[in-house]
Amino acid sequence: MNKKAWLLFFVLLLTVSTALFGCSSDDGSSDDGGSGNDGGGDAAEETDGETQDTLVFGRGGDSVALDPITVTDGESFKVTKNIFETLVEFGEQDTEINPGLAEEWEVSEDGLTYTFMLREGVTFHDGEAFNADAVVANFDRWANGTEDKFYYYKSMFGGFGDEEGHVIESVTAVDESTVEITLKRPQAPFLKNIAMSPFAIVSPKAISEMSEDELAENPVGTGPFKFVEWRRNERIVLDKNEDYWNSEYPKVNQVIFRSIPENSARLNALMSGEIDLADGINPSDAAQIEGDDNLQLFERPSMNVGYLGLTSTREPFDDPKVRQAMNHAIDRQAIVDAFFEGRAEVAKNPMPPVIPGYNDEVEGYEYDPEKAKALLEEAGLGDGFDMELWAMPVPRPYMPDGQKVAEAIQSNLAEVGINAEIVTYEWATYLEKARMGEADAFLLGWTGDNGDADNFLYVLLDQDNIGSNNYTYYENQEVHDLLIEAQSETDEDTRNQLYMEAQELIHADAPWVPLAHSTPLMAGSANLQGFMPHPTGSDWLHTVSFE
Amino acid sequence: MKMLQYIIRRLLQLIPVLLGMTFIVFLIIRAIPGDPALVILGQQATEDAVAALRESLGLDNPWYVQYFQYLGNLMTGDLGESIRTRTPVNEEIWPYLATTFELSFFAIVIAVIVGVNAGIISAWFQNSWFDYTAMVLALVGVSMPIFWLGLMMQYQFSLQWDWFPTTGRENVRDPVNAITNLYLLDTLIQGRFDQFVVVLKHLVMPGIALATIPMAIIARMTRSSMLEVMKSDYIRTARAKGEKMFWVVYKHSLKNAVIPVLTVIGLQTGLLLGGAILTETIFGLPGVGRYIYEGISSRDYPVIQSGILIVAFIFVMINLIVDILYSIIDPRIRYN
Repeated sequence: MNKKAWLLFFVLLLTVSTALFGCSSDDGSSDDGGSGNDGGGDAAEETDGETQDTLVFGRGGDSVALDPITVTDGESFKVTKNIFETLVEFGEQDTEINPGLAEEWEVSEDGLTYTFMLREGVTFHDGEAFNADAVVANFDRWANGTEDKFYYYKSMFGGFGDEEGHVIESVTAVDESTVEITLKRPQAPFLKNIAMSPFAIVSPKAISEMSEDELAENPVGTGPFKFVEWRRNERIVLDKNEDYWNSEYPKVNQVIFRSIPENSARLNALMSGEIDLADGINPSDAAQIEGDDNLQLFERPSMNVGYLGLTSTREPFDDPKVRQAMNHAIDRQAIVDAFFEGRAEVAKNPMPPVIPGYNDEVEGYEYDPEKAKALLEEAGLGDGFDMELWAMPVPRPYMPDGQKVAEAIQSNLAEVGINAEIVTYEWATYLEKARMGEADAFLLGWTGDNGDADNFLYVLLDQDNIGSNNYTYYENQEVHDLLIEAQSETDEDTRNQLYMEAQELIHADAPWVPLAHSTPLMAGSANLQGFMPHPTGSDWLHTVSFE
Repeated sequence: MKMLQYIIRRLLQLIPVLLGMTFIVFLIIRAIPGDPALVILGQQATEDAVAALRESLGLDNPWYVQYFQYLGNLMTGDLGESIRTRTPVNEEIWPYLATTFELSFFAIVIAVIVGVNAGIISAWFQNSWFDYTAMVLALVGVSMPIFWLGLMMQYQFSLQWDWFPTTGRENVRDPVNAITNLYLLDTLIQGRFDQFVVVLKHLVMPGIALATIPMAIIARMTRSSMLEVMKSDYIRTARAKGEKMFWVVYKHSLKNAVIPVLTVIGLQTGLLLGGAILTETIFGLPGVGRYIYEGISSRDYPVIQSGILIVAFIFVMINLIVDILYSIIDPRIRYN
C-alpha cells in the first residue's frame, strides 16, 4: 500500500471504532436499564413500574463518625439524625420543642428539675428495650467523658462530672418510663440543648459491649432507619426499621448517602437520576432547577448569619463612629442580590429571624455613603484610611463566595475614601489568626447549633468569649449583664425581652456589619414527596416518599 | 544475574530516598500554619478543649520527638492513626488506593494506546493534515483544564446522550460487594458481568479526563522520537530492501524510538497516581488524591504523611520498573 492508502485506512479505522464504541455503549445502557443495573436507567425504570423505594441522598462530604456524641460536623449529624432519636425533638422546620422519645415533660417552678415521661413500646435496633435506664446510661456515659471526646456536651452543659461549670446535677430513673434530670442552676435553653443531634440516645447494650471505635462505625439507635453498612467516601446505607414505634414511617425502604464533593457534578448526578436528593446547590443553578420539570428546588430555612467583623481593639475600629460608618458604607442589598442570587435575607441583627427573641424593631443601617463620610469626618478620619479586609478562602453555607463579597465591599468602601486591601489565608489559618484578633475587618459567619438566641449573641459577642468565638473582641458590660441574666431566665417572654434589649445595644455599638442570612439550597427529583429541609442542617428522611 | 544485582542495588538505594522523603514531608506539613486540634474541633471550640486534644494527639511534643516516633512506628509497618476518623491509616487507605489504581490503570492504557499510535501516525505522515490535527489536539489536550473538561463530559455524555453515569464507581442502588476493592476484579470474581459493565462505564469518563494530558504528552514525545529514528540509515536500508512500510514503522522504527516514550509513560503513570485529585473530585471518586486532600484540610498529619509517602513510593517503584524495561527493549543498555 502507498502512503495515502495507509492514511485512509487509519482514518476509516478511527471512524469505525468511534461509531462502534458509541453504539455499543448506547446498547449497553438500554440493556442495563432492562436488568435494572444502570445508574442512569434505573430511576427512570423504577418510576415506570412500581414506586421507587430507595432514596439516594447526594452531599458534599462523608461523615466523620456515626456516634453522634463524638462528632461536631454536619455531615455526620445528617446521617445519625435518621438512626437515632433524642428525648425531645425540634419541629419539622423550626427549633420549637416537640415530643421525641419523651412524650411529655414537666419543669419544676424553680427551673431545676425536669421530669420526662418516656414513650413506651420503643425498642433499639438491636432488640433492647428503650426505658429510663437507657436514658440514664447515656447521660452517665456523657458526663464521664472529656472535652476532646464529647465536645458538644461540654459546650452545651458546661463541663463533666464534678466540674464547677457542669450544669447537670443528676439523672435518675424514677421508674421504668420516667426520668428525672436535676440541674445545679437553671439553664434556659436546656430543652433545646437536649434536642440537638449529639444528645441522641444510643443502645445501652451497644455502649457496654462495644469500644468507642466500634460505636463510631456501628450505630444502634431507636430511629426510623437501621444502619447497614458504611464504605468511607463511597456510601452509607440505612434500611427501614420495621419495628419503628410510629408505624406510619419511614416511607422508603432504604436510604443511601453518597458523597460527591463538587456542587456542579452533584447536580449533574441528580439530573441523570443517579441520586434523588442533592445538598449544597449553587445559588446560580437555582433558576435552571426551577425551570426543569424533572426537578424541584428546596430552600433550607436560614439559621445562620454572615457578617463582616470589625475588630474593636484595632484602630480605627475602636471608635464606634467608624464602625457605624462602615455599616452605612456597605450596600448589603446589592451583595445579597449579586452573590446570593437573592436567596438570602439582608441581615440587621447578629441572629436570623427564625430564632425566638429576634428583634425586628431594630432599624438596620441604610446604605448611605454620604452619612458614612459624615461619620468618618466626626471621627477625624475625613480623608479616609487604609485597612486590611479579610476574605475567607472557602465557600461557606452563610457565604457562597467570600472573595467576591470582599471585592464588592472593597469598592463600596472606596466610595467613602477607605482604602481596603483584600487579604486571605488558608481556612484553618484564617480562623486562627482572626481569633487572635489579627484582622482589621474579616468576613465570617455562624450557623446555629440549637436554634437559641444564646447560641448566637452570647457565643459570638459576649466578653466571656473573647479569645474564643468573639473574634471582634467586642466588650460591653451592659450587654454582658443582659445575656447572663437571660441564660437562667426560664420565662420565655421575659427572656426574649432581654435578648431584644441586647440586640439594640449591639446595634448601636456596631461591632459587626451583619450582611445576610442565607437560605441554603437543595434540589430533588420531581417525584420526591414529603421532604422538609431543617434549619439545623440535619434533615429527617422518614417522611420522604416517591410518587 | 547482573540484572538481579542491579535490582537489589536499586532497591537498597531506595531506602535513603524514602527516608529523606519522610523527613521532607514531615517538615513541610508542619510548616503549614493552622493547629490540627483547632481544625478538628472547629470554630466552636474552647481553648481548654484545644489544649486537651493537642496533648492527647502528642502535638505538644517537640517536632523531632514526633518525627522519631513516627519513624519508629513506620518501621513496624504502622502508618499511624487518622486524627479525624480515629482509624488506623493501614486499615482505611487501601480502598482509596484501589480506586486510584483502577482509575489510573484505565487512564494510562487509554493514554498509551491513543497517544503512541497518534504519535506514530503523525510522524509517518509528517506534515499531513492528520499530523497537524493530531498535534493541535495534543496541544489543546495538554492545556485543557480537567475541571472544565469533566463537567462538559458529564453534560454531553451523561445528561444529553445518557451513555455513561456522571459520578461514582458503581450504581449505589446495586452496590458491588467489595473483596479486593478493585471493582473490575471483584465483579469478575463474583461472576457479576452485568456489574462489571456498570463499573467499566463508570470508569470511562474519569478515565478519559485523566488520560487527556498524558495522552497528549505521549503523542508529542512519540512523534518527535519517531521522526528522529525514521531519518536514520537503517530505516532507509529497510525501505530500500522493499520492506512493507507498516513493518518499517511499527517494527524497525518503533523499537528504537520507544525508549524516551517509555520514560514519559513512567513519569506520567506516577503523576496520575497522586495527581488525580481534580478528576476524583469532579467524578465523586473516593481515591487516594481525595484522601490526602481531606487529610490536608483537616490537618490530619498521619493521613497526609502516609498518603504522600505511599504515592511517592509507588512513583519510585514505577521508575525502577521503567529502568528495567529499558534493558529488555534495548539490549545495548547494560547495567553494571
